[in-house]
Amino acid sequence: MFHRSLTFTTAGFVCLLMIGLITGCAKNKEVGGFGDAPAKVYVAPGSYDEFYAFMSGGFSGQVSVYGLPSGRLFRVIPVFSQDPEKGYGYSEETKPLLMTSHGFIPWDDAHHPQLSVTDGQTDGRWLFINGNNTPRVARIDLSTFETVETIEIPNSGGNHGSPFLTPNTEYVVASTRFSVPIPQRDVPINSYKENFKGTISYIKVDSATGRMNVAFQILVPGINYDLSRSGKGPSHGWSFFSSYNSEQANTQLEVNASQNDKDFIAAVNWKLAEELIAQGKGKSWSVSYCHNYVDAADVGQSEVITDVTVLNAAENPGLVYFLPTPKSPHGCDVDPSGEYIVAGGKLAALIPVHSFTKFKAAIENQEFDGEFEGIPILRYESVLAGEVKEPGLGPLHTEFDGQGYGYTSMFLSSEIVKWKLGTWEVVDRIPTYYSIGHLMIPGGDTKQPYGKYVVALNKITKDRYLPTGPELVQAAQLIDITGDKMKLLLDFPTIGEPHYAQACPATLIRERSVRWYPLNENHNPHAIKAEGEARVVRDGKTVHIYMSTIRTHFAPDNIEGIKVGDKVYFHVTNLEQDWDVPHGFSVMGATTSELLIMPGQTRTILWEPKKPGVIPFYCTDFCSALHQEMQGWIRVSS
Amino acid sequence: MQLASAQGDPASYTGSPHRPSLKQAGQTQRGHMSVWSRILVALAALALAFTYYFPLWEITLDAPQYPEGLGMEIWINQIQGQHEGDLNKINNLNHYIGMKKIVPESIPELGIMPWVMRALMILGLVAAIVGKRSFLLAWIAIFVLVCVAGLVDFYLWGYDYGHNLDTEHAIIKVPGLSYQPPLIGTKNLLNFKAISLPGAAGWVVILALSSASGAWLYEVVRHRKGAVNVA
Repeated sequence: MFHRSLTFTTAGFVCLLMIGLITGCAKNKEVGGFGDAPAKVYVAPGSYDEFYAFMSGGFSGQVSVYGLPSGRLFRVIPVFSQDPEKGYGYSEETKPLLMTSHGFIPWDDAHHPQLSVTDGQTDGRWLFINGNNTPRVARIDLSTFETVETIEIPNSGGNHGSPFLTPNTEYVVASTRFSVPIPQRDVPINSYKENFKGTISYIKVDSATGRMNVAFQILVPGINYDLSRSGKGPSHGWSFFSSYNSEQANTQLEVNASQNDKDFIAAVNWKLAEELIAQGKGKSWSVSYCHNYVDAADVGQSEVITDVTVLNAAENPGLVYFLPTPKSPHGCDVDPSGEYIVAGGKLAALIPVHSFTKFKAAIENQEFDGEFEGIPILRYESVLAGEVKEPGLGPLHTEFDGQGYGYTSMFLSSEIVKWKLGTWEVVDRIPTYYSIGHLMIPGGDTKQPYGKYVVALNKITKDRYLPTGPELVQAAQLIDITGDKMKLLLDFPTIGEPHYAQACPATLIRERSVRWYPLNENHNPHAIKAEGEARVVRDGKTVHIYMSTIRTHFAPDNIEGIKVGDKVYFHVTNLEQDWDVPHGFSVMGATTSELLIMPGQTRTILWEPKKPGVIPFYCTDFCSALHQEMQGWIRVSS
Repeated sequence: MQLASAQGDPASYTGSPHRPSLKQAGQTQRGHMSVWSRILVALAALALAFTYYFPLWEITLDAPQYPEGLGMEIWINQIQGQHEGDLNKINNLNHYIGMKKIVPESIPELGIMPWVMRALMILGLVAAIVGKRSFLLAWIAIFVLVCVAGLVDFYLWGYDYGHNLDTEHAIIKVPGLSYQPPLIGTKNLLNFKAISLPGAAGWVVILALSSASGAWLYEVVRHRKGAVNVA
């Protein structure tokens, strides 16, 4: 017995060595072997990239915007994190966007950027992204590249499977990563099986304004819900969520949640959910969560919402089904036709692909294999379309090129594997450096992928770049998929963890990009429209300074009469009406940050002087030849 | 001199008394214009309506920092940027050299010019309806006067803006340099290349004046004897 396990261990080592050798060889080959790759990623000065790529900043709580194929970083959009560069989360206008039922939380873990879609195709209007830690979803307006709305998810223990969209952006879905007592209460942790539950939330998106609201939640068995894709074409009206810990373990999940041979993909019929809600089958629950948005006056608003409609999956037959899926599935992806649902079994040695047609037939024919907490489990063989055999180690996520191929990232064997839909045969593979998580093809989750590239989003870079201490840069790799063989073109560093990304043709966004805010449409209550309106107003111990900026001066630039202990609000309006002329504002000793004010915009910052003196303030964003002269003083008396 | 050359031109035979169709019109009412000339004059007068829909003049400012373009348009009744916000940008830039703000509301000509243009159109139509060469000539003369007055006025405004600078508050002072935009053509002003040219309506006005003048010239040739008398 001992001898046998030793043999297995040795075989395992040999296996790992082999993998090491394969990747090592491939790497050696790549040196000097790039052929025309530089020409394929070179975007000449003055030319534009073909695609905008939006990469999550992972634990930086941000979104970074890159050009493809160049890999150039254009902008970092703060979403769940304060950003002193832009004053985001520091200015009075943007602080409300970071409010939650737990108070002001200036950080989150942002994982999945999702571009809005119309008829299953990217429309370039908004970008949604989840806050994994304190469950939230944010919406970024792609005409301004600014976060304009955040909504907290009630009855949730962590928002990982989010914010995946239905084909016309009808809903943003959000599923609980960690099941918790719902509603929250004080119970023993080892009472997991009795007391812990999960929820799947459907957040309605207003098609004209993008405004979100939690339309309903579905109460589901207490397991971990991971990732999701919505059906399209024939499967329109359904959402699919991968899940794990069907063991319902509450300790040492690494071992205890890896016991069952199969976990599930949860299929949710959201069209039916809408009908059930209309029939009054939902129950109103008392909750408390924040909905934050930028209003018509460009001012952040935070409101607390106190109720939500909940449907219990177990009490509403036909609403949720479980599709058995080999061991701890991670990714859950739907092919462009909407027929195939691909799961990435991160501990499985194959990639299972379910058929929507077979799924429907199995329900029709009652081909069940028991149930789990009142949810029917379909028979694995009845729903399976096929299995991609020996794809590599640790399949995670799959995207599609629109040419009949799937591309799956392999975490353990650090590679991307290309396989054919229908025959399930592996046709090509390429190493990545190293430990790829998500991968992204522009439009790769839509009805009509743009194809052309696959971007590998890697967790580890080790020897790929100059070292920067113990913390190394994280990276993305651009791979050409236009030929039969995938070809590595470029790797480039990224911000935070490039968890997932989405990309679309630049033309969808470029033309709609706002250049400045018309001053006459500035409805901020503290805006001034001309220098003549600049003034200082005292209201008890609060002082409002209505200030304007224009190249290259502030008005007023000498302020007196401020006292120690005052709360001083600088309401700064940028009077410029010109592209690319923001102004900055900072004052010595402010415990907030600078303000960065776009042309035509008003931003407010609070400053509380602690001691008497004459304090300078100045413009932080180099605006013209006399930028250095753009300054003033504020006198503080005791 | 023009007449002499016109006489030698084969085209002038179209106006010959030997040609019956024209002989009738030309000889029965001496001094009256042909139907075609009158139509042409009427069209020229009506074409002036373009000035309500297109700019008369454009001043474009070229500089590396403005790849998206920057400039202003002078219309019959307004001054505006070539692109949204341009006038604001130009005023902002001009404050560096101490130039006055361009405030369209404060320019009286913009209130007068629509009336002048309307009068010009009506007079042109009257000339076409009356059909007398003398009326046409009078109209052309007024037309030319209006144009010259307009250009002189434009020049004076340009001179005033370019020379009467607030030297006390000017941030950039270059001894001996004024910032008068060219009346027509191009001129370098600091980091800008200023290009001043007629706008779409400006070209229509030029075309209308040319057409009217052409009609008059044609009539002169057609009534060679009469024309000599007039001369």
